[in-house]
Amino acid sequence: MAMFAKDDLKATELTLGLPGCARGNKRALANDTNEEPKSTNNTTPDAKKFSNDDRENAPPTKAQVVGWPPVRSYRKNCFQAKKTNAEAEASGIYVKVSMDGAPYLRKMDLKVYKGYPELLKALEDMFKFKVGQYCERQGYNGSEFVPTYEDKDGDWMLVGDVPWEMFISSCNKLRIMKGSEARGLGCAV
Amino acid sequence: MASSFPEEVLEHVFSFIQSDADRNSISMVCKSWYEIERWCRRRIFVGNCYAVSPRMVIRRFPDVRSIELKGKPHFADFNLVPEGWGGYVDPWISAMAMAYPWLEEIRLKRMVVTDESLELIAKSFKNFKALVLSSCEGFSTDGLAAIAANCRNLRELDLRESDVDDLSGHWLSHFPDTYTSLVSLDISCLGSEMSFTALERLVGRCPNLRSLRLNRTVPIEKLANLLRQAPQLVELGTGAYSAELRPEVFSNLAGALSGCKELKSLSGFWEAVPAYLPAVYSICPGLTSLNLSYAAIQSPHLIKLLSHCPKLQRLWVLDYIEDVGLEALAASCKDLRELRVFPSDPFVAEPNVSLTEQGLVSVSGGCPKLHSVLYFCRQMSNAALTTIARNRPNFTCFRLCIIEPRTPDYLTLGPLDAGFGAIVEHCKDLRRLSVSGLLTDRAFEYIGTYAKKLEMLSLAFAGDSDLGLHHVLSGCENLRKLEIRDCPFGDKALLANAAKLETMRSLWMSSCMVSYGACKLLGQKMPRLNVEVIDERGPPDTRPESCPVEKLYIYRSVAGPRFDMPGFVWTMDEDSSALRLS
Repeated sequence: MAMFAKDDLKATELTLGLPGCARGNKRALANDTNEEPKSTNNTTPDAKKFSNDDRENAPPTKAQVVGWPPVRSYRKNCFQAKKTNAEAEASGIYVKVSMDGAPYLRKMDLKVYKGYPELLKALEDMFKFKVGQYCERQGYNGSEFVPTYEDKDGDWMLVGDVPWEMFISSCNKLRIMKGSEARGLGCAV
Repeated sequence: MASSFPEEVLEHVFSFIQSDADRNSISMVCKSWYEIERWCRRRIFVGNCYAVSPRMVIRRFPDVRSIELKGKPHFADFNLVPEGWGGYVDPWISAMAMAYPWLEEIRLKRMVVTDESLELIAKSFKNFKALVLSSCEGFSTDGLAAIAANCRNLRELDLRESDVDDLSGHWLSHFPDTYTSLVSLDISCLGSEMSFTALERLVGRCPNLRSLRLNRTVPIEKLANLLRQAPQLVELGTGAYSAELRPEVFSNLAGALSGCKELKSLSGFWEAVPAYLPAVYSICPGLTSLNLSYAAIQSPHLIKLLSHCPKLQRLWVLDYIEDVGLEALAASCKDLRELRVFPSDPFVAEPNVSLTEQGLVSVSGGCPKLHSVLYFCRQMSNAALTTIARNRPNFTCFRLCIIEPRTPDYLTLGPLDAGFGAIVEHCKDLRRLSVSGLLTDRAFEYIGTYAKKLEMLSLAFAGDSDLGLHHVLSGCENLRKLEIRDCPFGDKALLANAAKLETMRSLWMSSCMVSYGACKLLGQKMPRLNVEVIDERGPPDTRPESCPVEKLYIYRSVAGPRFDMPGFVWTMDEDSSALRLS
């Protein structure tokens, strides 16, 4: 079953940074840029990687450092087909995202998110809407817009119905539908 | 002296002067030269579409035939610029549709283009000849259909690396049967299958076609048919270059290729299989440019192929070529000018191929004309960089990406300061530099001291303190573009070098330590700079002023702040409050 309490997850997150500077939880960037600047006389640089002080700074798989290494998306996506499953896990999963009524399509890397709460927050931020409350029986309540996706079989499903791992491996594209259109989706009552 | 030299004569003289820099100089000689020059300038380059407004361009240059515009910052290529940031071309197209009925060429890079704009282009410019959309997005194949259907004199349609909403391949059939003027077509970024007959007929009826870059859906079996229709091709981008080896397909292809005696450039090669590579051998002796960066071909086959290409000037390849392949390249291709080696598997920590600093050392030693390099690898040493610098002082573009951030010299475990220092010291004509690996402020001291001709610098995960940034801003006299991510640079260097920013096109800083307060100050002090804060956490004034901003983009502009910003971008304006109009 899909876990859904997005607010709970946020409360348990550890972060570095000044009070009031809640880091966007989309990107696990190197936090050691916030350290005291080293003196330029330091001749024994630490050859280690990033400091691992909190959960957000756990050694990121490379896919989690946005935009690094600087290889353009269309080059990365070229090799999806060739990779074994294990390798595919390390690279991005880019899907197009559309919203009814919005003029432009967007693109997102699903690999960047750890679960539905983060994904939905990102969609809300990107398209400026609120997703409403999800419940298994009735889908999304209290929102004009509903996040849906097309899976590998070409079926349109409600985002959140299947476990996260299954979702990211089967999602072809995302579409934020008008609530009225989405009524047929989701769990049959 | 004031009594004149006839204007027509001056205009005729000016017509021989094409470079923007020279044209700009001419226009500053005196008022009458300014006037004459502006009426006869035909080609405009706008490096940052927000540096000037369409209205200002049109007012000054009333009769432009060719325009080039660039939109998003370079780091947008790596998903660092959030979607919706800007770079919309629509206002430009609308303005030019009315002002420049004789416009012939539009070249755009990293801009958002809509189908409406494409339709407007198709309707408004009767003599339209060239549309180049490089790394653009926001449009679909419907827009392309409008161009195909209406632009009778179109010569060039180039969609390189754009993100197109590919609704269907049917758009290609909108070129009327009477249309025969195609010279260059690059549709390599499209995903949909097109009607092969339509493609074949188009190619067959355009006798001036010199450059054809197909997309992946064109199968290798059909390539020969196209080539026989266009033996005059100079540049070819194949489609998918794989199939089971069938002798008749192979010999058909090899035969067709051998008929293309003018062919100088090859690209495409998606899913390439080694068995079909020899089909190109007959044209290799004349080849100057080869892009194999989508081909997962191992080094023995690459070595064999390259041994047939003595005139090669440009090679783009994956790191499957390995050190041994680069050594062979250095031996076979003495005319090599540009090399790009891309990572086949950028996201694993352990090397999957045997490509190290040695490959770059070999090529820089063996290829005397090599001046431009983009190289991804996993290890580097100061010794290697110094050797490279001494071997090849003629580098103009040196971009090295050591895949793991902050990787030290693998021999000494120290920073790579000295190595990059050698590069900037020896390569006196260096115009573009990207650094990586473990670097302290000392590296930037070298760059500031020696890189006097440097125009573009890219930094990531480097430096110790503001001193590093200060060295660069105060030392690099010709710096135009600076892009920085994940470096510990903050307010001091930026504010101390505020005036420098007006001499540059733009500065990008993301995941650094520049505070909101400093951004506001900069915006107040420098009215001719647009200081834009990009922050997806919400309005910056809901956080303390000392809080670092997520991303910062500063650029000089005579157009003032822009008004098309999305909700996560704020302009720091002179009236000391963050200005944003939605």
